[in-house]
Amino acid sequence: MSTSMAPAFSLARTGRGILGSRYTPVLVTLALLIVMFLVGASRYRGFASGQVVANLFVDNAFLIVLAVGMTFVILTGGIDLSVGSVVALSTMIAASLARDGWPPAAVILVVLVTTSTLGLLVGLVIHYFAIQPFIATLAAMFLARGLCYVISLDSISITEPWFTAMAQTRIPLAPGLTISPSVIVAAVVVAVAFVVLHYTRLGRTVYAIGGGEQSAMLMGLPVPRTKVLVYVISGFCSGVAGVLFTFYTLSGYSLTAVGMELDAIAAVVIGGTLLTGGYGFVLGSLLGVLLLGVIQTIISFEGTLSSWWTKIVIGSLLLVFIILQRLLTARRR
Amino acid sequence: MNLSSIADLPKARLFWPIATLAALLLLNLAVSPGFFQIQFQNGHLFGSLIDILRNGAPTLLVALGMTLVIATRGIDLSVGAVVAIAGALACTIIADSPSPDSVGTVLFAVTVAVGFSLVLGAWNGLLVAVFGIQPIIATLILMTAGRGIAMLITEGQIITVSSAPYKVIGAGYWFGLPASIVIAAAMFVVAALLTRKTALGLLIESVGINPVASRLAGVRARGIIWTVYVFSAVCAAVAGLMISSNVTAADANSAGLWIEMDAILAVVIGGTSLAGGRYSLTGTLIGAFVIQTLTTTVYTVGIAPSITLVFKALVVIAVCLLQSPVLQQRLQARRRPPGSRPPASAVTAKKGALVS
Repeated sequence: MSTSMAPAFSLARTGRGILGSRYTPVLVTLALLIVMFLVGASRYRGFASGQVVANLFVDNAFLIVLAVGMTFVILTGGIDLSVGSVVALSTMIAASLARDGWPPAAVILVVLVTTSTLGLLVGLVIHYFAIQPFIATLAAMFLARGLCYVISLDSISITEPWFTAMAQTRIPLAPGLTISPSVIVAAVVVAVAFVVLHYTRLGRTVYAIGGGEQSAMLMGLPVPRTKVLVYVISGFCSGVAGVLFTFYTLSGYSLTAVGMELDAIAAVVIGGTLLTGGYGFVLGSLLGVLLLGVIQTIISFEGTLSSWWTKIVIGSLLLVFIILQRLLTARRR
Repeated sequence: MNLSSIADLPKARLFWPIATLAALLLLNLAVSPGFFQIQFQNGHLFGSLIDILRNGAPTLLVALGMTLVIATRGIDLSVGAVVAIAGALACTIIADSPSPDSVGTVLFAVTVAVGFSLVLGAWNGLLVAVFGIQPIIATLILMTAGRGIAMLITEGQIITVSSAPYKVIGAGYWFGLPASIVIAAAMFVVAALLTRKTALGLLIESVGINPVASRLAGVRARGIIWTVYVFSAVCAAVAGLMISSNVTAADANSAGLWIEMDAILAVVIGGTSLAGGRYSLTGTLIGAFVIQTLTTTVYTVGIAPSITLVFKALVVIAVCLLQSPVLQQRLQARRRPPGSRPPASAVTAKKGALVS
C-alpha cells in the first residue's frame, strides 16, 4: 500500500520544500486558531477554561461531520451545496418518525439510508449526465428542502426518551470537563475519514481525481465509481450530521440549517483544502470548524457584538484563505 | 437556423422554452377559464397575466444580469445578498429621513442603493478578474457576508417604510402597466441593445468560450468580466428595490432568499449553457416568465404550497437532464440516419468536452 500512495504525494513534492507547499495552509489555520484563542483568553475572563474548548466540539459536532463529507467532495474537485438542506431533511425525518413511535435505531437507519441514496442519485447524475456538481447539488438542495415542507411546515419537537437522553447526557473527561455523545460520533467520523483518505485505495483515488481526472482515468483508477462514491459519502455524512443536529436542537424544522453548506465549505477551505481538488487534509477541515467555533465563541463572549458579525468575519476569513491558496498555487507552478 | 419544415421546429433554439411557457399558460387556462382576461380599471391593467409580469420582474432583472455573467463562464451567487442589501439600504435611508414622502428622498435612497451595488459588483469582479478566483467561490464570499452586511444596515430589524413615491417602484403603475415591469423592460432593452448592436455581446461570448484565446486575440477579458459582475449587481439591486418597495419593508433575512436559484434556473431554461459562451437574452426573458408562471400555476391548480419546492426541484432536474450534453448527443445520434453527420452534433460534442 505504501507504493500506491506515491501519486498523491509525489505531486506535492514538486514544490519548494515539502513543508512550504503541503502543510502551509493547515499550519496557518492552526496558528490562527491558537492566536484567536489567546486573544479570547486575554480579553475575557473564563475564556481559557477546558470547558470552553470542550464546548467548541460539543457545539460544532454536526459541522465537523459535515465538513468531513465536504472534504471528500472538494478533494475530487467537486462541491456539494445540498448538505444544509439534507441536514434539515434529516431532522425532519427523525423528528416525524420519532413522533410516530418508531424505535430510535430504525429512525437513524431510515435517515442514513435516505441521505445516502440522495447522495448516490446526485453522484450518478453528475457522472453519467456530465452535469456540473454545482448545478446537480443545487437541484438536490431544492429537492431536500422541498421534501422537508412535504413532511411538515411546522417545527416538530422530539420528546422520545432516547433522543432526549442523547441530548442531555454529558460524559465527564476530567473534573469540570464534559463532552456530549455527539463529540464521540464526530471523532469517530474524523478518524475513519483520516484512515480512508490516507491509507486506502479509495483515498488515493480521491486525491488522484482531484489532481487530474484524465490522468487518474489513464492510470486505470476506478474514477466513475469513486466520483459517485464521494457524493454518497457526503450524503451519509450529512445524514449523520443531521442526526447529531437533532440531538443538539431536539426538534425538526424545515427552515433549519439554511446556509449551513456555506459554513461547511468555509471550514474546508479555511482548513487548507484546495477548491480545485487534489490537496487537503481532513484534519485541516477539523481545524477550520474549530476556528469558526472560536470566532463564534468570541462574539458571544463579547456580548455587545451582534451575531451577524459572525457571517461577515467568516466571509472575510474565507477571502483571506482563498487568496492565500491562489498565492501558494501560483508559486508552485 | 433555417426552418425548412415543421419537423425542424423542435431543434430551434427557443422552441422548448416557448413550448413550456405556452403549455403552462394553457394549463392555467384549462383550470381557471378567466385566466387570460385583462381588465382596464382606473387607467390600470389588471389580470392574472399582468400579475405574472409584475411578480416576475425582479426574477427577470436578476436573471438578466446572471445571463451575461454565465456567458463569461462565471456565476454570481451573491445576487440574493445584494437584493437584501439594496432593499435594506434604501428603506433605512427613507425611514430615517424627516420627509419620507418627498421624491427627492426616494431618489437619493435609490441612488445610494444602486451606487453601493456598483461597489459590490466591482468587488466580485475584482476577485474573479484580478485575483482569478473561481466565480462560484468568489461570489460565495459576498453571499455569506452580504446578509450579515444587510443585517448590520437594518440592525437586525425589519424596516418598514410608508413612502408613496417609493411604493411606486414595486407596486405602482406607469402608462397603465406595473412600474416594475416597465423598469425591467427598459433595462432588458438597454442590455439587449448594448450587447447585440455593439461588439460587446460578441466579446462577452468570446471570453466565455475561451478566455486565453480571446486575450491573445486582443480582447480585454479583465474589463469585460468586471463589467458583467457590476451589471449583475446593479440588476440585483434594482430587483431588491422592487421587492422591498412591493412589501414596503426591508427584511435582511428573507429578501431575495433563493432568488439566485430562480435566476440561474431561468437562464438555464432559456437555453444559455452554464459552460459559458453563447447566450440568449430572449431565452432568459422566457425562462424568467416560465419560472413565475410555474409559481402561479402551483396556486391556480391548487397544488399545496408545501409541495411547490419539490415541484420546482423536479422541473430543475428535468431541464438539467434534458440539456445535459450526454443526453443531447444520444438523442441526436438516434434521430439522424447512420452515416450522415450534421454539423450540429459537432457543436454539441464540443460543448460536452467543455463541460466534462
